[in-house]
Amino acid sequence: MRARVYWPVTVAAALLVGLLAYGLTTTGTDTTLDAATAKGERVAPPTGGALPVLGGNGSGSLADYKGKVVLVNVWASWCEPCRDELPLIQRAHKTLSARGGTVLGIDVKENSGAALEAIDEFGLTFPNLRDRDGSFVREWGQTGYPENYVIDRQGRVAAVRRFPVTQKWLDETLPPLLDEAA
Amino acid sequence: MRALLAALLALAVLAPAAAAATPRTSLPDVEDEVMCLECGTALNVSTSAVADQERAFIAELIAAGKTKRQVKAALVAEYGPRVLAEPSDEGFDLTAWLVPVLAALGALALVGLTARRWRRARGGGPHDGGPRLDPDDARRLDAELAAFDR
Repeated sequence: MRARVYWPVTVAAALLVGLLAYGLTTTGTDTTLDAATAKGERVAPPTGGALPVLGGNGSGSLADYKGKVVLVNVWASWCEPCRDELPLIQRAHKTLSARGGTVLGIDVKENSGAALEAIDEFGLTFPNLRDRDGSFVREWGQTGYPENYVIDRQGRVAAVRRFPVTQKWLDETLPPLLDEAA
Repeated sequence: MRALLAALLALAVLAPAAAAATPRTSLPDVEDEVMCLECGTALNVSTSAVADQERAFIAELIAAGKTKRQVKAALVAEYGPRVLAEPSDEGFDLTAWLVPVLAALGALALVGLTARRWRRARGGGPHDGGPRLDPDDARRLDAELAAFDR
């Protein structure tokens, strides 16, 4: 009798532990990209899914920039370090666009009105996509704001920066990639 | 004059009904049903910059006369379905709906099993509450009771 009462309890407890383990493994931060780029490897983007275009119709994706060096900038206007970084990113876009590259902004977790106001305020001229709930950048192992990923001309991730970029980092990272053939 | 009075009367009757048909909402009424996307908590307990921006967006919609339903629809359009505090019915979120139901069923089954076991341990029938009399004592008791009845 005792065994008959306790086996459903054991099964229920095992299910709850399994559920907890599943939740922890699926919501943790993915560091695959960091590990690969730290070793100098270039890897395929974790996701290349389409996102809505900020301030426009339709959608866009990394595939639209194949053959270009792309600096993917993850930002939001409510993020102070992002706002501090945006002038530098805009300058990087000017440099990149002159040499077959571009900045691609990924505006995260904000309404398009607020994002467009920031674009006007900072005079940003690079294209932007909207990651409405942050699910796109989560696939990239995002840990904070801002973040930057550099994509080479073959569409592979060549560098990751989990905090604001510096001019020095941009100068060291972008020119060698711009010199590569498509 | 009569026409004017009739018009005023109609206005007095219809105005409250029209107001009731389009209920106004308020920030506190919406806040507790919306998530701060960055903090993972309800908006009414979030103090982050992203929460402030969400609140400002809601306040603008309320000022524009949107109903609670319209505000929530606009939030989903701008931020996606995760902005609502109610979990979705797909993927891992489904567990938020299933686990309480399964836990309740499990608890009911446990109560049922425990009750059955308890009844069995007590012996079940109303006459099984004490020790049985041996036949001699039973005959003597019957005789004594019969003597009282006389």
